[in-house]
Amino acid sequence: MIEIKKIEKYFGNNHVLKNVSFLFERGKTNLIIGESGSGKTTLIKILIGLHKIDSGNILFDGVDFNAIKIKNQRKLRQEIGMLFQGGALYDYMSVEENIMFPLNMFTKKTEIEKIERVNFCLKKVKLEGKNELMPSELSGGMTKRVAIARAIVMQPRYLLCDEPNSGLDPKTAIIIDKLIQEITKEYNITTIVNTHDMNSVMEIGENITFINKGEIWWKGNKDELLNSNNTELNDFVFASELFKRLKKS
Amino acid sequence: MIKLLHHLGLYFIMMKKVINKPENWGVFRRQLALEMEKVGLNSVVIVIILSFFVGAVVSIQTSINMDNPLLPSYLVGLASRDSLILEFSPTMISLILAGKVGSSIASELGSMRVTEQIDALEIMGINSANFLILPKVIAAVFFFPFLIIISMGVGMLGAWVGGLSANITTADFMFGLKYEFTPFYIKYAIIKTIFFAFIISTVSAYFGYHTKGGAIAVGKASTAAVVASSILILLFNYILTDIILS
Repeated sequence: MIEIKKIEKYFGNNHVLKNVSFLFERGKTNLIIGESGSGKTTLIKILIGLHKIDSGNILFDGVDFNAIKIKNQRKLRQEIGMLFQGGALYDYMSVEENIMFPLNMFTKKTEIEKIERVNFCLKKVKLEGKNELMPSELSGGMTKRVAIARAIVMQPRYLLCDEPNSGLDPKTAIIIDKLIQEITKEYNITTIVNTHDMNSVMEIGENITFINKGEIWWKGNKDELLNSNNTELNDFVFASELFKRLKKS
Repeated sequence: MIKLLHHLGLYFIMMKKVINKPENWGVFRRQLALEMEKVGLNSVVIVIILSFFVGAVVSIQTSINMDNPLLPSYLVGLASRDSLILEFSPTMISLILAGKVGSSIASELGSMRVTEQIDALEIMGINSANFLILPKVIAAVFFFPFLIIISMGVGMLGAWVGGLSANITTADFMFGLKYEFTPFYIKYAIIKTIFFAFIISTVSAYFGYHTKGGAIAVGKASTAAVVASSILILLFNYILTDIILS
């Protein structure tokens, strides 16, 4: 699990995160929801160490990320799989090379073992046989799936996803959501999904945090969300006519 | 002034990350081979074409300016040799490489930054500056001197062809080429080139690595990399010439 305690973050005079505390549970898809500019991406980037916090603690299964040496932070990062909004695949590498890259960097596996692992991950994301394709030849959904395969190839303990459904059609988005949930359950990992896609919330929202103006305004699961009286949350989640009707029913 | 100091500070912080032991030597060797091809081999053709024609033009212009019966015609070979070895090959070719290789390094790293590929490396626990920039710097520092030597050779070939069209005989041209040749000039050119290669690769990498924004920012980073590298090449050309040849 990942626990954040009293996180404060400023960008100049802009107070982006205000006293944020939350527990992201193992084996569950933990969702962070909120409007654009609410601080979701900053929080994800803080969790992976791309932004430094001004105060507070980030605990990965009890290990305080900011209290350990940079060398150990790097080791801890090897246990984090990250799915970026755009996939962040390396342009000059094929699908196979992209997925194999962490194995080449950090393991002493033989070529055959590495290929077996790559093929296993490709099968998991339902992209068998696409090893030789280049990122430019992939559709949006395929790019995300390859990125998921690369994120899980090292068998991470933590999986962080930054808006995994952005730019995808609803059907593909649900496939990606289900895949993330399936991997979370199967490997019992701590997954955090940063999203403003309400379909995702309804599909996989097990432990939801609503961030508004840099503060946590609401916590709960998807059933509690449907019955919540929090005005800001309802204004955000049930913004569309479809969801307003769903709420009424 | 504060902005300049800010850039200098960031440059040295980046260089501290760059100059480190690679995470995995096998992967590093592969990256280095790739960069040798991108930074060095892919520039051979442009260097050959430019050097040949500039050599020819230098030779023709020298012969026109020395159209005096008191001046021996072998001076055309001598003047072409010295201008090619001392200035054209190391400095002008480096300026051209700053445009070609420098913009390519800056735009490659800039694109990787804006598409979060560099972040992806960092999250994996990889020192991204070391992984991406060190092979480029080594490839440039190792390969540019070869490009300059090629440029000198081809430039002199061009000068000979230009000389022929200006009625300078091969014998006179060759005599001038060998006349009071100072081998140290080649060393001087190579020393300059190594400095220029380091400037081009690290300054361009700096601008690319610190790109913020989108496609426009990548373009701006690329332009800034070429401008800054060119200015620094000219500045260091002056400093090195003063130190080495004075």
